[in-house]
Amino acid sequence: MKHKEATGREFKPLEHVMVPEHEVLDKNEIDKILAGYNIEKEQLPKIYDSDPAAAAIKAKVGDVIRIIRQSPTAGRAVFYRMVIKSSK
Amino acid sequence: MVVATPKRIKQIKFGLISPKEYRKMSVTRVITADTYDDDGFPIDMGLMDTKLGVIDPGLRCKTCGGRAGECPGHFGHIELVAPVIHVGFAKLLRKILRAICRECGALLLDPKKKEEYIEQIRILRKMGQSAEDVVSEVFKEARKSGTCQYCGEAQQDIKFEKPSAYIEVDEVDGIKYEHKLMPTDIRTRLEKMSDVDAEVIGMDPNNARPEWMILTVLPVPPVTMRPSITLESGQRSEDDLTHKLVDIIRINQRFQENREAGAPQLIIEDLWELLQYHVTTFIDNAVSGVPPARHRSGRPLKTLSQRLKGKEGRFRGSLSGKRVNFSARTVISPDPNLRIFEVGVPEAIAKELTITMNVTPRNIEEAREYTRRGPENHPGANYVIRADGRRVKVTEINGEELAELVEIGWKVERQLKDGDIVLFNRQPSLHRMSIMAHEIKVLPHKTFRLNPAVCPPYNADFDGDEMNMHVPQNEEARAEAKILMHVKNNILSPRFGGPIIGGIHDHISGLFLLTNSKDKINKNDALELLAKMEIRELPEPVGKENGAPYWTSKQIFSQILPGGLDIEFKAEICEKCDQCKGVDCEHDAYVVIKDGVLEQGTIDEKAVGAFKGIIIDKLTKEFTPDIACKFIDDATRLSIRGIMRKGFSFGIDDEYIPDEAQSQINEVLESASDKVEKLIAAYKAGELEQLPGRTIDETLEMEIMKELSKARDSTGEIAGRHLGMENSAVIMARSGARGSMLNLTQMAACVGQQAVRGERIQRGYAGRTLPHFDKGDLGASAHGFVKSSYKNGLSPTEYFFHAIGGREGLVDTAVRTSQSGYLQRRLVNAMQDLEVQYDGTVRDTRNMIIQFKYGEDGIDPMNSDFSKPEAAKRIIDSVMGKVKE
Repeated sequence: MKHKEATGREFKPLEHVMVPEHEVLDKNEIDKILAGYNIEKEQLPKIYDSDPAAAAIKAKVGDVIRIIRQSPTAGRAVFYRMVIKSSK
Repeated sequence: MVVATPKRIKQIKFGLISPKEYRKMSVTRVITADTYDDDGFPIDMGLMDTKLGVIDPGLRCKTCGGRAGECPGHFGHIELVAPVIHVGFAKLLRKILRAICRECGALLLDPKKKEEYIEQIRILRKMGQSAEDVVSEVFKEARKSGTCQYCGEAQQDIKFEKPSAYIEVDEVDGIKYEHKLMPTDIRTRLEKMSDVDAEVIGMDPNNARPEWMILTVLPVPPVTMRPSITLESGQRSEDDLTHKLVDIIRINQRFQENREAGAPQLIIEDLWELLQYHVTTFIDNAVSGVPPARHRSGRPLKTLSQRLKGKEGRFRGSLSGKRVNFSARTVISPDPNLRIFEVGVPEAIAKELTITMNVTPRNIEEAREYTRRGPENHPGANYVIRADGRRVKVTEINGEELAELVEIGWKVERQLKDGDIVLFNRQPSLHRMSIMAHEIKVLPHKTFRLNPAVCPPYNADFDGDEMNMHVPQNEEARAEAKILMHVKNNILSPRFGGPIIGGIHDHISGLFLLTNSKDKINKNDALELLAKMEIRELPEPVGKENGAPYWTSKQIFSQILPGGLDIEFKAEICEKCDQCKGVDCEHDAYVVIKDGVLEQGTIDEKAVGAFKGIIIDKLTKEFTPDIACKFIDDATRLSIRGIMRKGFSFGIDDEYIPDEAQSQINEVLESASDKVEKLIAAYKAGELEQLPGRTIDETLEMEIMKELSKARDSTGEIAGRHLGMENSAVIMARSGARGSMLNLTQMAACVGQQAVRGERIQRGYAGRTLPHFDKGDLGASAHGFVKSSYKNGLSPTEYFFHAIGGREGLVDTAVRTSQSGYLQRRLVNAMQDLEVQYDGTVRDTRNMIIQFKYGEDGIDPMNSDFSKPEAAKRIIDSVMGKVKE
């Protein structure tokens, strides 16, 4: 794929109203969360590294992302996802 | 224990079996079409050869030495004299034949292209995706080539004739020469195909060479999968598969004899075709274009593919679902005297179904008593199982004797009796309340009896519905049924967080009539109303009339409410005034219950109905399911007494409206017709104002529809004015017992517009709906507006339109149920293994997290208040004592 030149007008997913908050977690936080659920990292839901939101926060394969979403039932819902390599 | 990455099935390999493999797995070659000799012993190298497994008791398998039941059976084989095509691959063979060279068997593509395709297929396979699209492109591309790139041979067209004939068409000077390809020719071509080429067409040459699609050896399935049955007459009746194999062997032999004798080509070809037919029907007896092979009686044979396919096939009929023991099925009928968690079981069924008692020091006397009573004397026993595991049938004669022999460690299969826990089910089992645990009540006659209040969860009625009953066979199952599935633990529906069991129809009408009346009820009547309940004392009477004490109907109802119940809510009959007057409601629609006393308000669907009943909801959530159960029992019984006290009926006279009302209705309809005519005139004159986003025609239709529905509503209103609370239908509609005011309007005033797909009726003849109208008539009556009421009767044209609209409704329901059923099936299949864990997460069987908190909020919808996020409010109110004031 050719590399496009930055024009400063690219679509920024994180700024879109319908895209929830994404952040990459550091090692300590990950350990705490995994211990809290008593799981291994592989048991988390996954997200592709090519996912526009994941790419926007520069998440690398193996990172864990926290997503905070507005929920119609709970008001605020927190999710964690492990970044995996997309096959394409 | 933490399982890091749970193990999964890595792969399943599918392929074709090579003739070599067939011979390797075969234990014997089958050459004779005969099965048994004169003494009834299986013939060697026949279809029932004992090398293929045994089914007769006493014989031993010559291959594995196992007895009948131990030996799984072994495959044999038939050497086909001439190769035949496997029908399942006929279509694929056609594609391949057209894509390869008729001389050198090479795939007609350039080497570079082949490489590209192989690469594409490999990538798709690696990603776990289907390579179907690429392969079909390969076939399409390869077919285009007229001459072989490798040997220069000119290619010919190949015609395919169903089910398995391939004909090559050669064109010389405009004259077509047809030449039939025999399976041998095809096999030769396929054999020449290279492994690389096989890969390009999506086959794995190690597991599936193309030529293996043409059978030279036929496997003979083990006898265990085609057992013969001995009839009473001593005659043997063979399985359909065996019959088919006999045919194949016979033709195979005849073919060989004829060929060796040097028979003419024509006869050989005929026999070849016959062999092809038999092998084809052996595999699939429902191939289009092939007459199905029939039994002597005319019944089509059930061959291999028929055993697997369809509803009664191996997958759907034997693996996904099968027949079960300890179950019963019969028609259901209502019995309001049963408690809601009971089920009336016919004595005949109770005598047939059993529960196994393990005899212990504590129940030995009981067990002996059942045995003594025998199978004919209702709570008796049908079998006893001795300590050594032998089953002994209990009979009228040996009962006494056997009872004395019963010892600890024996088992007694005793008949069902009152109080036993059973599972009760009605199909379709769409939600968990479709199977609930009931307690048995043995009753005379032949139907299952159930309390009509449990109809809603089963969606049952008594127009001939049948239901199933299952008897759990061990303590664990019974305990689980009692704790998880008991009716009283399923009053609330997890679908919407409200009660799904509650009053229906007459229960609601009855309580409405009772609590809405200002009747003074004397002692006799009060006791009569409450007779079926366990009420031992009447409250203080409100006053005296003619020296006799009397009670109000609200007092009577209060008797079935538990003390400590405090609620206020608006009843179903609430008119939704702009300014709710609350306690001062003039319709008595504001219900106030304080400490279990109905102070004011009317009891209707909102209070005790299934789906809506607030009292039931509150009793289950804040009291106990047992109290709620008792309340439903009492409320339904009281209501039936209540409705019988007044009497309740509906007839055609209840649809009568006075003449002046009728003429008002006619006026409304008249003026509506005029308005429609005006709209049409405006449309024709081009003066109609177009609605945004609509064409002019759509605008006209919408305006007409709007006008007519307005007219129908106002006729309903006029009729409603003359149909008051003394009318049974109005009582039912307003209290929520059954029907709606719309139904009543249609009966008494005007049926209204008949619609197909939400539009007025347009279909029919060219330019008009019926020959009764002018072409291009856009008027109300020409497009399905029914002015008449059901009572007055419909005109012929109206009747016809009504039938059109009615038919659409029927078709819709038929289509919708099948579609939504399948949708639900897929959804349930996808989610059935997900489980909410103790830490609140939702996980699958691999322990992968699906949701971090169930439903994102961790709330159990069953215990929420009608799925509204107001559970907290209720708790705060009760803690603050707001309700109690």
